[in-house]
Amino acid sequence: MKTIYILKEAGIFAENKDIARDLRLRVLLPALQQGEEVTVDFEGVEGATQSFIHALISEAIREFGSTVLDHIIFKGCNSTIERIISIVTDYMQES
Amino acid sequence: MKFHISNSAFIGNIDPFIAAFDPHDESRLDVTTHNKWLSAHPVVLVMIAAKGLTVPQPNVSFDQINARPGHYLERMKLFEMLGVNADIHITESDPSGRFIPLTQIKNAKEQTNFITEMMPILHLEPYHAEAIRYVVSELIHNVIEHSGSKDGAIVAAQYHKKSNMIRLGIADTGVGIKKTINRSHAAWSDIDALKLALTPGITSTTNREGGTSDNAGAGLFFIKSIAANNRDFFMLYSGDALYKLLKRKPDSRTILYADPSRDKHSEKTGLPYWGGTVVGIDISLEATGEFHTLLELIRATYNSAVKERKKQRYRKARFES
Repeated sequence: MKTIYILKEAGIFAENKDIARDLRLRVLLPALQQGEEVTVDFEGVEGATQSFIHALISEAIREFGSTVLDHIIFKGCNSTIERIISIVTDYMQES
Repeated sequence: MKFHISNSAFIGNIDPFIAAFDPHDESRLDVTTHNKWLSAHPVVLVMIAAKGLTVPQPNVSFDQINARPGHYLERMKLFEMLGVNADIHITESDPSGRFIPLTQIKNAKEQTNFITEMMPILHLEPYHAEAIRYVVSELIHNVIEHSGSKDGAIVAAQYHKKSNMIRLGIADTGVGIKKTINRSHAAWSDIDALKLALTPGITSTTNREGGTSDNAGAGLFFIKSIAANNRDFFMLYSGDALYKLLKRKPDSRTILYADPSRDKHSEKTGLPYWGGTVVGIDISLEATGEFHTLLELIRATYNSAVKERKKQRYRKARFES
């Protein structure tokens, strides 16, 4: 089980796509490729942009399909972050 | 190039300001203002600053700068950004208090620093802070990632006490929306390109639904939606076209449209050519509701747009006997 701590990596407002891209390539995709479960921990994060969330998780959904969401846990999300994640997971599964 | 700032230039009445912009002779910039009074949206200042940065400093001139207009331009750091000595000194504090002077942002690190520093200055309630932080972040990000401008993004914001509103402007002198959108979609005119850029799921990086791993084509749609939800003005100007989301009645129901042509808006073409992109937005602090409620609306609109496009691509097998 891998855990990505967004507060530590991106601060209270997760908007920097360079950081999201780095987390995707360095942690998220390699862990999923090895069949590991990944927790993305948003504890303490106040907000995030759709661009950040898209850069972090969209490729995983495209590469592994919708079932990858069974292997990713989004932890400690406030209602705004929850909805932004849902927007991205929805349109990636619909597309 | 020439700009003239009349006594009032806000998004609602920005058209004469844009129409008076003279983009010819890019080797110099001449700015004139109303001689007694000046009240302008930050989008006006970011446009002037963005063009001013492309001109050697000795070729930038401001005429008829009297105390009152000069005071405002000095306070917003227009002269400082363009290296002009206007000989105007500010000795009093601003009574309305809250403004973000012209700031140039060239990379993601500067963007993060800017957002971190601007929020406490504006003293916002959590709902408004979320929306404004979101808007600023996505707009700057668009410029850094897509504009190709060596000068990056020029940003300014101001709180207007009388209207209880944050006004925000951002401009760049990059390649413009038509050129970027045409990398993946066919836009025959600048206004077509603006509308495509405002449509959810349309990105300049691919014509594939869902975008690339780094881009989804949702940024400007989110921002238009925030303005629509607040029933406020939003403008997008690039090339020779201007798209303007118009103000709606305070009690009108919020409906988000994936197709920007369906929003209550105005559009103009054949305007003086802006090489790059300009965005202006008003965010009323009177607006009620939570940011996450708006996100639910965005989610529904976005999904139905994706489904509709999917339906349009669907083809039945053709059989012949």
